Order: sequence, then structure tokens, then C-alpha cells
Amino acid sequence: MKPMLHRLLRSPAGLGGLVMLLALLIAVVATPLVSPYDPYALDFGNALLPPDATHWFGTDNFGRDIFTRVLAGAAYDLRLATTCVFGPMLLGILVGLCAGYFGGWIDVALMRLTDVVWAFPFYVLVLTIVGVLGPGEGNLYIAFFLVNWIGYARIVRGETLVIARLEYVQALSILRFGPARTMLRHILPNAVTPAIVYSMSDLVLTVQAVAALSFFGLGVQPPAPEWGLLIVESVDYMRDAPWMTIFPGLAIAFVGVAFALLGEGLAAALQPRG
Amino acid sequence: MLRLILQRVMMLVPVLFGITILSFLLLQVMPGDPVEHAMGTRASAEDLAAMRRLWGLDLPLWQQYLIFLRDCATGSFGFSLFYKLPVSRLVLERLPVTLALALYSTCIGLAIALPFAILAALRRGRLADVLIRQLFVLLLAMPPFWLCFVLILEASLRLGLFPTGGLGTGVLQNLHRLFLPALVVGLSTAALIEQSLRATLIDTMKADYVDTARAKGLSASQVFRRHILRNSLISTISVIGVRVSWIIGGTVVVEKIFAVPGLGGLLVDAIQARDFPVIRGLTVCFAVLVVLVNLLTDIAYALADPRARLT
Repeated sequence: MKPMLHRLLRSPAGLGGLVMLLALLIAVVATPLVSPYDPYALDFGNALLPPDATHWFGTDNFGRDIFTRVLAGAAYDLRLATTCVFGPMLLGILVGLCAGYFGGWIDVALMRLTDVVWAFPFYVLVLTIVGVLGPGEGNLYIAFFLVNWIGYARIVRGETLVIARLEYVQALSILRFGPARTMLRHILPNAVTPAIVYSMSDLVLTVQAVAALSFFGLGVQPPAPEWGLLIVESVDYMRDAPWMTIFPGLAIAFVGVAFALLGEGLAAALQPRG
Repeated sequence: MLRLILQRVMMLVPVLFGITILSFLLLQVMPGDPVEHAMGTRASAEDLAAMRRLWGLDLPLWQQYLIFLRDCATGSFGFSLFYKLPVSRLVLERLPVTLALALYSTCIGLAIALPFAILAALRRGRLADVLIRQLFVLLLAMPPFWLCFVLILEASLRLGLFPTGGLGTGVLQNLHRLFLPALVVGLSTAALIEQSLRATLIDTMKADYVDTARAKGLSASQVFRRHILRNSLISTISVIGVRVSWIIGGTVVVEKIFAVPGLGGLLVDAIQARDFPVIRGLTVCFAVLVVLVNLLTDIAYALADPRARLT
């Protein structure tokens, strides 16, 4: 664990991504110290002000400070994106481990299932599931849980297939270790690396997908300052107040770059040979 | 070769069944009664029951599925509640638009990725490589639907270069009208193509036959064009094939924003109107489209690279 963290911090990409994320998290936690404004309070006297020294990102049509709202939105988007990635990731890892370790009909059935789900374009599936279930945060979680585990199951299954044939795993079965112990204690730590790296690029796309669902009115509901919603609400004012549109999008891009860099750093730290 | 194609087609059969089952089940979890939704709250109980019978919703689930399967097999895909037309007609009207947009996006993506990938591979590990990688990281991090608005704001409203949406008539006019939507999808596609093409180029540069070509006395540019680039592009075909579901998925969001009358826009409208036969037919069409393109890529790859025929 310690040398891994060390390697992560030594790679410029990993360090950069970590610093960006920490900076954002600190700003979110310490919002009252960073900004004197309330993300929800209306102030029509100060509506649609362009960015300046007092309002760094300008104000919206209700006079709310956009910088403050973007920070408040980070809490929504980071929570949604991490839940929608790491929850299904655990499920996918478990499925992949079982498919790769037990093989046989379990493997065939699970892999056929992933083939089928894989055929649907991601946005088509997520939009349809949330659209059918109805808008809202709970249904958003359901949609992502149903779709996002596939990638992890495939990756971990492939790794497990290789590792299960290695001598040390064969030796464990001679020692009569149970399948649960063998899988979780001895195969998982070696099979999980590519899944962790993949989860970072998954986060980049999931932050965008969560915001895109808000755009279609299917995700988080107003007046939450979720980034996608901030962009939707800005569209009518885009011509006169482009800052309303620009900054929430830049926030999504900022988080995306941070996760992508972190993924690059993790790849270097976890797979020293590659 | 023919055996390979037959084998692949046979492998598709269970996947196609799975696709219809999943699409069918997706709509079963819809809360609320689609009949009540379509008829309004003032419809009488008899009317609702009659409608349910007409749509076959009073049958047991497995019979409903068989009817849906029959509709898929006969190509009608059911009947739209909102448009009062067979789903197949709605799909066929819009399919060429989505296919054209996807193809256009892929071309733009390739045109952007190619020079950058070559430059990055030739200067690997140096400043240019690092900068190009970060550029594409940034491209992938920008949310496509936001990029649509930024492009509309800058290129349409401010500079007046492109219309804000819709379709025109004729190929040239549509190439112009569809440029911004295709660019948005193309940029994220470019990022994916660039990453894999760069890696393939670097691998190919180390191959033995490249050394042989050099030893034969071919010039550096001849070796690059004829041996390295050509072989790397073949594997890029398969990368694009694998990513087709990504590209088609990307068109859904973009079509809605730019008012492009394609399948994605139809899907979003159908979801909002709770037009369940259309949603169901469309999810099947999208998945079948992806599976078919994957099949065609496999075949094209086997034609281009004889080694792939062995497996």
C-alpha cells in the first residue's frame, strides 16, 4: 500500500489529479470560507452580472452567485458519480470473479448476459431505464447499477481466468482452501488492478452522464444546483449571459481531467511493468 | 472465409434473442398503466379494458413476448401510440439520418486523430506527445451536451457560421448543417481513436518486418507510409467497430440538442411521451445496429488481415 501511494505521488499525472480533486473537495467543504454567498438565496438586484472580483463566475438570472452554486453542485455530482461507479464496480468484480473462477455454465450464462447488455449503446440504455422508471435520484442509481457493472465483470473475469491457472492458485486448492477464501484473498488482489484503472475513466464519463440525464429532465430535480441542471437552466440566457453556461461545464471538465490524470497515475503505480 | 462469416452469424442468434428479451423486460417495469396514460384519466373502465385487449396487454407475459417477437420478425416492431404508425416506418425514416451522422462523426474523428496520433507516436515521450495526450484528456473530459451549447453559442450565434439545428436538402447543405453535431461526437471519438492508434503505431514501429523493410533500403517515409501506417490503420478499423456503440450513443444526445430528426431524437421524444412500443422497438434497433456493425467490422478485419481468419 505504502509503495503504491509513493509511486502514485511520484507520477506527475497522478499527483496532478490528486491535487485537483483535493482542492475541489476542500473548496466544497469550506465553501462558507471561500464564498460569502448562499447558493439558493434570490437577489434580483444582482441578476445576470458578468464575472468580476466579487462574483468570480458571475450571477444567474435570479442573482445567485454561480461560483457558490458550482461548489454546492460538486457535492451532488461527486456523490452521484462515485456511487454510480463504485457500487456497480463491486457487483461487477464479484460477478467477474465467479465467472472466471467457476467457469462452466455460470461463466457462459454471465458472459452471454454481458454480451447482450454490451450491445445497447450506454446512453440508450440509461435514458430508457430512467425514462421508464421516471425521473429522480433513486431511479438514476438503479439505471447505473444495471448498466455499469458489465465492464468490470468482463475485465475481472479475464484476469481471473489467467490467474486461476497460475501455480500458486493451484497450490491453494491442494491445501484445500475454500473457493471464497481463494477468490477473495488470493485472486482478487491481483485481478482488481485493471478494474481500478478502468473505474477512473468510467468516472469521467459518469459525471457527464449524470449531468446529461439532468439535461433531459430525468436526473436530479431542480432547484438542486447539480451541474447538468445549471447548464439546462442557463440555455435561455446563453446569448446574454454565456458565463451561466460556461462555468458549470468547465467544472465537469475539471473533474473529468482530474479523474483521467488520477487514472493515468494509478495505471503507472499499480502496473509498474507497463 | 464463408465459414467464418457463417460462424459469426450463428453466434449472433442468441445475442439477438437476448436483445429482444431485455428490451421487452425493460418496459415491463414501467410504473403506472400505459393504457391509462395514453387514454387520459377520464376514460371509462370498459374503454380501458378494450384498449388493453387491443394492445394485447391482457395476455400473460410470455404471450406478450411472443407477439413482440413476431412483430420484430415481421419487421413492424409494433405500433406507435403517439404517431399511430408502425414503429418500423418511424425507424426507417430516421435511420439514414442517424447512420449518416454516425459516419460523418467517425470521419471527423479519424481526420482529427490521425495527424495527432502520428505526431505523438513519432515524438513519443517528448513534449509534443505529452501535450497531445493532455489535449485529448481534456477533450474527453468535456461533456458533449455542454460542448453542443458552447459551439452553438460561438459558431452559430456569435460567428453565424452554422445553423443551430435541423436538416436541409441535398448532400452539401446537410454536410454543412450537420457539421456541429458531427463535430461534437467526432471529438470524443477522436480521443478514443488517437489513444489506440498511437499505441499501435509505436508497437508496429518495433515489428521485425519494419526492420526488414528498412534493411531493404526503403526510405524512412516509405517505410512509415507503406508498412507502419497501413498496418496500424487496419487495427484502427476494429477499434472503431468496437466503439460504434459509443458513437451511436453519442448521437442520441446531440440529435436532441441540434434538432436532428434521427433515431436518438425519436427515442427521447418517445420516452417523454411514454410511447412504449416505440421505445421498445428503438432499443432493439439500436442494439441490432451495434451488433451488425460489429459483425461487419469483424468480416472487414478478416478480409484485411488474413491472420484473423484463423481464429
